[in-house]
Amino acid sequence: MPADPKPATADAALLARLRAGDDSAYEELVRCHTGRLLAVARRFLRSEEDAHDAVQDAFVSAFRSIDGFEGQAQLSTWLHRIVVNASLMRLRRARRKPEEPIDALLPGFLENGMMERPASPWRSEGLDPSERNELRKLVLDGIGRLPESYRNVLMLRDVEDLDTQEAAEMLGISPGAVKTRLHRARQALRELLEPELREASGA
Amino acid sequence: MNCREFVEFVMEYLEGDLGDRERAVFEGHIEDCPPCLTYLDTYRETVRLGRSVCGPDDDVPADVPEELVQAILAARRQR
Repeated sequence: MPADPKPATADAALLARLRAGDDSAYEELVRCHTGRLLAVARRFLRSEEDAHDAVQDAFVSAFRSIDGFEGQAQLSTWLHRIVVNASLMRLRRARRKPEEPIDALLPGFLENGMMERPASPWRSEGLDPSERNELRKLVLDGIGRLPESYRNVLMLRDVEDLDTQEAAEMLGISPGAVKTRLHRARQALRELLEPELREASGA
Repeated sequence: MNCREFVEFVMEYLEGDLGDRERAVFEGHIEDCPPCLTYLDTYRETVRLGRSVCGPDDDVPADVPEELVQAILAARRQR
């Protein structure tokens, strides 16, 4: 997902300096990637302090494994995976109570299998920039209301653009469980967005 | 197929994971049921909106907190 700020050849030169233990290379790496990684951590963690800690954890872990970096992925992609993982670790550590079931957020059906509230068309196309910004907040807010295990799957697959296998490995669940949770998370998010976006809402 | 079953299969349909027969049944239901067509469209839109949340660089902080950069560099020196 994140566009690489530097072409691969620049990555290779930087990588060689990092492996040689060049202090200025480390500073360059940190200055170049911290902003982007912080944006990722903030999407997962509510407190700014936690987001900072996750970014620091990610760099420490990256420094430790820089020799094992294979160079096929771009540095930015590699760091993105590491900070997502560090953010998930922080969430896992902070988890206190069992999460709410997602059922209340899923669409309801009548006994004959028809939808309780038939879906209506949305007006999310062709918005101006301020409306788009508003919509972005709505989507983030909706994602924030999903139970954590569903939110994490949706974040990894749809927001951070990882594939099913990568998401499964990061969360320590099976690819089948990723798919099931993703489908439920999307259904729930759709339900949460519907009242805000339906054309008939008169906006 | 009823609407409840239709909704169960939406993701597999969009990802091309349904077999020929299942897909035919699924598409047959869309033809008969406008609300399910709308459901499919808005589900697809939900996925698109999720992907657009981290638009290209729009939420990357313009100022990187200097104290964070320094903390990271200090953590490296402590190793």
